[in-house]
Amino acid sequence: MSDPFSLNGGAAIAMIGKDCIAIASDLRLGQQSLGVSNNFDKIVEINSKNFLALTGLATDVLTLKELIKFKTNLYKLREERDIEPSTLANLISSSLYEKRFGPWFISPIVGGLSKKDNKPFICGFDSIGCIDYSNDFIVSGTATDQLYGMCESLYEPNLNPEDLFETISQALLNAVDRDALSGWGAVVYIITKDKIVKRVLKTRQD
Amino acid sequence: MDIILGIRVSDATLIATSKAATRSISILKDDDDKTRELNKHNLIAFTGESGDTTQFAEYVQANIQLYSMRENDIELSPKATASFIRNQLATSIRSRKPYQVNCLIGGYDTKTGKPSLNWIDYLGTQVELPYGAHGYAAFYTTSLLDKHYREKMSIDDGLKLMDMCIDELNKRMPIDFKGVYIKVVDKDGIRLIK
Repeated sequence: MSDPFSLNGGAAIAMIGKDCIAIASDLRLGQQSLGVSNNFDKIVEINSKNFLALTGLATDVLTLKELIKFKTNLYKLREERDIEPSTLANLISSSLYEKRFGPWFISPIVGGLSKKDNKPFICGFDSIGCIDYSNDFIVSGTATDQLYGMCESLYEPNLNPEDLFETISQALLNAVDRDALSGWGAVVYIITKDKIVKRVLKTRQD
Repeated sequence: MDIILGIRVSDATLIATSKAATRSISILKDDDDKTRELNKHNLIAFTGESGDTTQFAEYVQANIQLYSMRENDIELSPKATASFIRNQLATSIRSRKPYQVNCLIGGYDTKTGKPSLNWIDYLGTQVELPYGAHGYAAFYTTSLLDKHYREKMSIDDGLKLMDMCIDELNKRMPIDFKGVYIKVVDKDGIRLIK
């Protein structure tokens, strides 16, 4: 209680498949035990191949959504191209470390495909910007423990987009059902080299 | 604990605020209005630390009105109004003395013809909701609203639902909050119902 990371609740996850990635989050926003909204989107589209999911204190989720979108828009104007996922990770890392002694209370996840060779990339961060690179899955939020459990048992490498969707959805859904502060709906994005598929999942509403 | 409650119906937003101004064990006033008109189609309702609330509400009110004066009488939309207020609170929370103000913004967008209710807390957490409340009132009313709220309700249906909520609060709240003011925000502007 009164921990800023678990005041509003929420969970997010990213997974790597064969030439594709998936990134997903729940839709709950609460004030401790009270559910306030079942339509609180925690994922931002940075550009057509890169996505950012944010869990933690909702006010900081909103602030960072705006801040990172602003910085990547400026990047695009300056460089005349979309930002690479690994560059985006470093941009977020330094933006978080800038607030080392009064951090944003969030745990971001980045997922994307690199522009040149469509190589899948996912990573997570702590609240002060330490990057956690991964070549399988990344989890964050109040259901972190449950998500690790689900991912360790369900994940396998080189899944095609359809199977990856099934795996990430089951991992997220079953994890948030064991967490009182997460759930209330979910969204999943599947990113492949030529399309993005967004699916809104119907979940338990309790 | 002050009560502020909002319900969005199909062509208006209803806002109810308690009339009691309490300090410690005393009720200082039984006709306190916890709302301010930001512009013709935007109403803010607020609760929180007593000095902060009116100071903050009147500060944003002045700034939103200044915007219209500068920008050739263009009215700030409910979405823009709510974003501005969120931004003020999100900046304030990381300052030396943050405003402790929770608010609801009832608005009617004259461009799209849609009513809206924005829920914002003192941290700067903002969400657009069909119905919402702050503080203890939320615990007593949300289940009632979950059960009886319908998309496409008329203003009268909304007022009936609002009355159900007020009855519940009167029944369950330990102290008298001296009734509520109910205001409606729709295409014709803001008006007091009772």
